[in-house]
Amino acid sequence: MNTELPGIIATYLLTLVIAIPLGKYLAKVFAGEQVWTDFLKPIESGIFKLSGINPKEEMNWKQHMKALLSINMVWLVYGFFVLIYQDKLPLNPDGNPGMAPDLSFNTIISFVVNCNLQHYSGESGVSYLTQHFVLMFLQFVSCATGIAAAVVLFKAFRDKTSAKLGNFWDFFVKSITRLLLPLSLVIALILAFNGTPTSYEGKDQFISVQGDTVNVSRGPAAGFIAIKHLGTNGGGWFGVNSAHPLENPSYLTAMVELIAQVIIPIAMVIAFGYFIRRKKLAWMIFGVMTIGMLLLMIPTLISELGGSPAIEKMGISQATGAMEGKEMRFGPALSAYWSTVTTIISTGSVNSMHDSTMPLTGLWQLLGMMINSFYGGCGVGILNYFIYLIIAVFISGLMVGRTPEFLGHKVEAREIKIAALVTLLSPFLILSGTAIASYVFTNNGEAAWAVQPQNWLNNPGFHGFSEMLYEMTSSNANNGSGFEGLGDNNVFWNVATGFVLILGRFLPIIAPIAIAGLLGAKKYIPESAGTLKTDTVTFSLMTFVVILVLNALSYFPALALGPLAEYFTMLK
Amino acid sequence: MKTSNKLFEPALVQTALKQSFIKLDPRVMVRNPVMFTVEIGTLIMAFVTIYSFTHTDQGSPLYNFLIFLILLLTVLFANFAEAIAEARGKAQADSLRKTREETPAKVLLSNGTIEIRSSNLLKKGDVFVCEAGDTIPTDGEIIEGIATIDESAITGESAPVIRESGGDKSSVTGGTKVLSDQIKVQVSTQPGESFLDKMIALVEGASRQKTPNEIALTILLASFTLVFIIVCITLKPFADYANTPITIAALISLFVCLIPTTIGGLLSAIGIAGMDRALRANVITKSGKAVETAGDIDVLLLDKTGTITIGNRKATNFYPTAGVSLKNFTDACVLSSLADETPEGKSIVELAVIQDNHILSDAPEGAKFIKFTAETRSSGIDTPDGKRIRKGAFDSIRNIVLMAGNPFPMDIEAQVKVIASNGGTPLVVALNEKAFGVIELQDIIKPGISERFERLRKMGVKTVMVTGDNPLTAKFIAEKAGVDDFIAEAKPEDKMNYIKEEQALGKLVAMMGDGTNDAPALAQADVGVAMNSGTQAAKEAGNMVDLDNDPTKLIEIVEIGKQLLITRGTLTTFSIANDVAKYFAIVPALFIASIPALSHLNIMGLHSPESAILSAVIFNAIIIPFLIPLALKGVAYKPIGASALLRRNLFIYGLGGVIAPFIGIKLIDLFVGLFV
Repeated sequence: MNTELPGIIATYLLTLVIAIPLGKYLAKVFAGEQVWTDFLKPIESGIFKLSGINPKEEMNWKQHMKALLSINMVWLVYGFFVLIYQDKLPLNPDGNPGMAPDLSFNTIISFVVNCNLQHYSGESGVSYLTQHFVLMFLQFVSCATGIAAAVVLFKAFRDKTSAKLGNFWDFFVKSITRLLLPLSLVIALILAFNGTPTSYEGKDQFISVQGDTVNVSRGPAAGFIAIKHLGTNGGGWFGVNSAHPLENPSYLTAMVELIAQVIIPIAMVIAFGYFIRRKKLAWMIFGVMTIGMLLLMIPTLISELGGSPAIEKMGISQATGAMEGKEMRFGPALSAYWSTVTTIISTGSVNSMHDSTMPLTGLWQLLGMMINSFYGGCGVGILNYFIYLIIAVFISGLMVGRTPEFLGHKVEAREIKIAALVTLLSPFLILSGTAIASYVFTNNGEAAWAVQPQNWLNNPGFHGFSEMLYEMTSSNANNGSGFEGLGDNNVFWNVATGFVLILGRFLPIIAPIAIAGLLGAKKYIPESAGTLKTDTVTFSLMTFVVILVLNALSYFPALALGPLAEYFTMLK
Repeated sequence: MKTSNKLFEPALVQTALKQSFIKLDPRVMVRNPVMFTVEIGTLIMAFVTIYSFTHTDQGSPLYNFLIFLILLLTVLFANFAEAIAEARGKAQADSLRKTREETPAKVLLSNGTIEIRSSNLLKKGDVFVCEAGDTIPTDGEIIEGIATIDESAITGESAPVIRESGGDKSSVTGGTKVLSDQIKVQVSTQPGESFLDKMIALVEGASRQKTPNEIALTILLASFTLVFIIVCITLKPFADYANTPITIAALISLFVCLIPTTIGGLLSAIGIAGMDRALRANVITKSGKAVETAGDIDVLLLDKTGTITIGNRKATNFYPTAGVSLKNFTDACVLSSLADETPEGKSIVELAVIQDNHILSDAPEGAKFIKFTAETRSSGIDTPDGKRIRKGAFDSIRNIVLMAGNPFPMDIEAQVKVIASNGGTPLVVALNEKAFGVIELQDIIKPGISERFERLRKMGVKTVMVTGDNPLTAKFIAEKAGVDDFIAEAKPEDKMNYIKEEQALGKLVAMMGDGTNDAPALAQADVGVAMNSGTQAAKEAGNMVDLDNDPTKLIEIVEIGKQLLITRGTLTTFSIANDVAKYFAIVPALFIASIPALSHLNIMGLHSPESAILSAVIFNAIIIPFLIPLALKGVAYKPIGASALLRRNLFIYGLGGVIAPFIGIKLIDLFVGLFV
C-alpha cells in the first residue's frame, strides 16, 4: 500500500523523461533535420523506390486525406478476408476457426482505426497469422496513420502561409522506421526477458497439483504487446489483455507498458511546439492535458483506494482498497492509474476489469474517453484537442473584440462549420448508439441473435446502462476497452460499433486537417497588442473550460442515469 | 441632431411589441435557427395542452399551458429584442431623413427656366438652385457658385461652413440650409438610394445581411442546438430503459433551457444595435460588415491637419536678425502678409496684433503683391516706396539673398535649424534681398490626442500620421502626439501605397478622407470613412460616411466594432454557462420519481419536479429581456490587452453565467413553490 503511490509517481516521471526528448527528436525527424537515426535513410529510400513514391512531392490537405483514406481502405479489405479465412491459412497451431462475417467486420474496422475493441478472445478467436500479419501489422500502420495526420497539421502552422503540407507517405514511413519499429523492439525485448511468450508453438500443457490437465495458450506475443501499447492500440494477445499473467507478468512490465502507451501522445505535443517553433504553446497544451489527467486520476485513486461503500456497510475492512477485478501483483493504485491513462489516451488495454471498478471510477473513465484529448491517442489526441482549441479561439476572440485568429490565421465561418460538425459527431454517435441499444434491450429483448438482447447485460439497472454507454463511448473514442459485463459478440454490437468506430475515427481526423489546411493557406496576420495570444495561461484556462463544458453539457443526462445513479443508490 | 438616449422610448416599445408578434411568422423565424426550434417547441406544447384535457399521461392541462405560455414568451422576448433594436435604429435614421422630406426644390430646366418641384421627385442628374434661406432639398454636388451653409441639422455643429464648386468641398447634404449666396447643385443620388436610405434598409432587416462573424457564430449556435436535440431525443429511450416516464413538457423544457436561447434571441439585436451606435455617433455605415471590420483594424491612417493638430500652422514667434529691431521686423512681416489669404499669413498678422500691439493699417496705395508659386516658393509685397519684402522657405529666400550678392547671416541659419528641430516651420523674411529675420510657425497638437493614441496602441492599433510636412517636422509632431509612424511630404499615391504595403503584410487598414484624390485610397482601405463634406467620389469610395466631418471619429468607430464582437462573445459565453445550473434543476426533476437517489443532484433544493422545471424555463425566458439593455448598449470595451480582457470577461460572463442561474432559479422556485 505505502509503495503504491510512489510507484505511480515514478512511472509518470519516467514517462516524461523519455517523452520530452522524444518529442524534440520527432520534431527534427519530420522537419527533415539531421538526427542520429539518419542511418535508416537507405531503408526508407528502398521502400519509396519499391512503391514508386516520390517522398519530396508536396501535397495539399485534400491530397493528404486521399492518400490516408485509400491506404486504410486497402488494409480494411485485406484484413477482412484474412480473418474470415484464417482457418484455411497457415500458422494456426491451435486450429482456431474462421471468423463470422459480422465479427470480422467489427474486428477489422476496430484494428484499422487504432481502437482494438475486441469482441473475440485472442486465445480461441484468431490464428498466429492473423495476430501477426493482420492485427499487429495494423497496430503499426494505424498508429503511423495518426501520427502522419498530426504532422500534416503541424506543417500547416510551421510557415506563415503554406498550402503545401509535405508528403503523406514520407511522414507515414518515417513514423514507422524512426519511431515505432525501434521502440517496439526495445519494449518487446524487455517483455520477453520478463516472461512474455515469443514462440510460434501452439498451446502448452501441464498437470496441476490437483491433477488437472491445463492448456496454456501462448504464441509470439511480446512484439504484439509492445506495439499494442506504444501505438495506443490496446488490443490484447490474450482475452483478458494486460491482466493476463503472460501478457503482463510483473509490476515492472506493468510500468513498462504504462510508460510505452503514454510517451508518444506526450511526445507529439512537445513535437508540435518544436516543429512550429512555438514551444510555449506546446507547454501550455501539455499543461491543460496534464491537469485534465490529474483531475480524472486523483478522484479515481481516491475511490479505488477507498474501497467499496457497499462492502464498508457490511463492516468488512478494506485495507487494500477495492480489489474486485484487480490483480494482486498490481494493486488498486497502479490499476487506478492504468485505468485513467488507458481511457484518456485511446489505448484501451486493461490490467484490471473496469466493470468492477467503483461507480465513480466508471464516470471518470467514461469522461476520459468522451473528452479523448487529454494526451489522447497517437497523433489523433492532438487533432482532437485542436478542435476544442478552435472553438475556444473563436469564442474568446469574440470576447476580446477581434475576429478570432489562431497563430496568425483568421478563423472564419468555414472553419467553424467544420469544427462544429465534429463537436456534434461524438454526442451523436455515443448517445444515439446507446439510445438504440437501450431501445433494443427494452423493446426487442427476444431478438434471435447470438446473445439475446435481454441477456446482454450481466447487471441490468444503472450499471447495465453504463455498460452500453461505455461500449459506445469506447468505440467512438477508438479506445477499445470495455465494461466487460456486456455480451457484445452478436450482430447488433458488432455492426453498430463497427459503424461508430469508423465514423469516430476518420471524420475527427479529416476535420482538423481540413481546418488546418484552410487556415494554413490563409494570409498570415502579424501579432499586435490586440491579438489574443494562444500560449497564455488565460487562454489555456479558456480551452480547458470549453473542453469541460462541451462534454458535461453533452453527456450529463446519460452520466446521471448511469454511473451517478449507481453511485448515489449505493450510498443510500 | 438630438435624439433621446433612453433605451425604451414608449413609442418605440409600442412598435416593437407589435413587431414581436408579426415576427412569429415561421418564414421570418427560420432565419434564426435557435429561436425557430423554440417556436416549434411552443407549437408542440400547444397540442400537448389540448391533449392533456382529455388524457392524464402528460400532466395537468394547467402545467402544460404554463410551459406553453413561457415558451411563447421566450420567443416573443427574443423577437422584441430584435424589434426594439430595429425600431431604435429606424427612429434614429428617420429623424435624419425627416429633415429632407417634402422640401420644395427650384429645379433648373434645360431651357433655363426654374420650376418648383417636390424634393421627392428629384432624379439623379437634375440641377437645382438654392439661394440664401433655402433648405437644400437633397444630396448633391455644387456645380456653380459658393455659399455658406448651416449644417447643424445634420452635424449639430452651429458654425456655418463654406461649400463651393470644384475642389474637395463641393458636396452638400439634403436638409442643410444655405445662409448666403447662391449655388447650382446637381443631384447625386436617385431617390431612395442615398446613404441614409441604404442605412435604414440595413437596419430594417430586409436587406440586412449577416456579417461573417455573425454567420460563424450562428453556425456554432446551431450545432449546439443540434447537440441538445440529440441529448433530448436520446433521453427518451434512456428513460424507458430506466422505467421512468418523461412527459413531453419536461423534455421540451429541458431542450429549450439547454439550447443557447439567450444569445440566439439577442444575436440580431446586437448586430443592429452596433450599426445604431455608429449612427448615434453620426456615422452612416454602408454595411454591417464595415462596423465589424472596424473592430479588427490594425493600422489607422490619420491626416495631421485637423486630426492631430488644430487646423493649420500658426505663427508663434518673430526672430529678427542681429541689428534689426523687433518692431521693424514685425512691421515688415505684417506688410508682406496683409494680402496673404493663407491661414499662415493670417496668423502672422494675428500674432503681430496680439504680441506687439501692432496697429493695423491698410497696405500702401499702389503696392504690388507677389503671390506664392510653386517655383519661387515665396510670397511678398513690393511697396511704392521701393521696399521689396519676401517671405518663404529657407532655401528659396537664401537663394534670393545670395543671388543679389548679399551674405546670409549665420544667426538666421542657426535659428532656422532650432525651429525645424522643434517641429516648427521657419519662414525666412528678406527685405530688399537682405535677410531680415525668421518667423516661427508651429503646429498646435490637439489636447488629449496623445491619450487617445495610447488607448489605440493598447487596442493593438498602429496609428500613422499623414502630412505634407518635411520629414523633420513630421517626426517631431509624430513624437509629440504619440503616433507610431508618419508619412511625410505625402502625395495622394503615398497613402495608397502605404495602405497596400500594410495590407500585403496581412493587416487591416482604416483611413479617413474627403478629397476626390483620396477616393482610390478610401476604396483600397478596409475601412474607409469619407467625410460628409467631401466629394461625392470620396463618399462613394468609402464604406462609411461621417456626418460630423470629425477625423477623430475613426477611433470611436474602432471601439464600436470591438464592442459589437465582445457583446456577442460574452453573451454566448453567458448563455452556455447558464446550462450548468439548468441541468442541475431539470435532470433530477426528470428522474427523481423513479430514481430517488438522484435527489443528491438537486443541489439547489428545489421544491418539486414541476416547480423545478417551471423555474428553469421561466429563468430562461426572463433572462432575455433582462439582457436587452446590455445587448443594445454593448458590453464596454476596455483597452487592457487581449489576455486581461479575456480574463475579465471570462470571469464576469463565464463564472457569472454559471452562478447567476443557480440564484435566479432558486429564487423563482421559492415563488413558484408557493403555488405548485
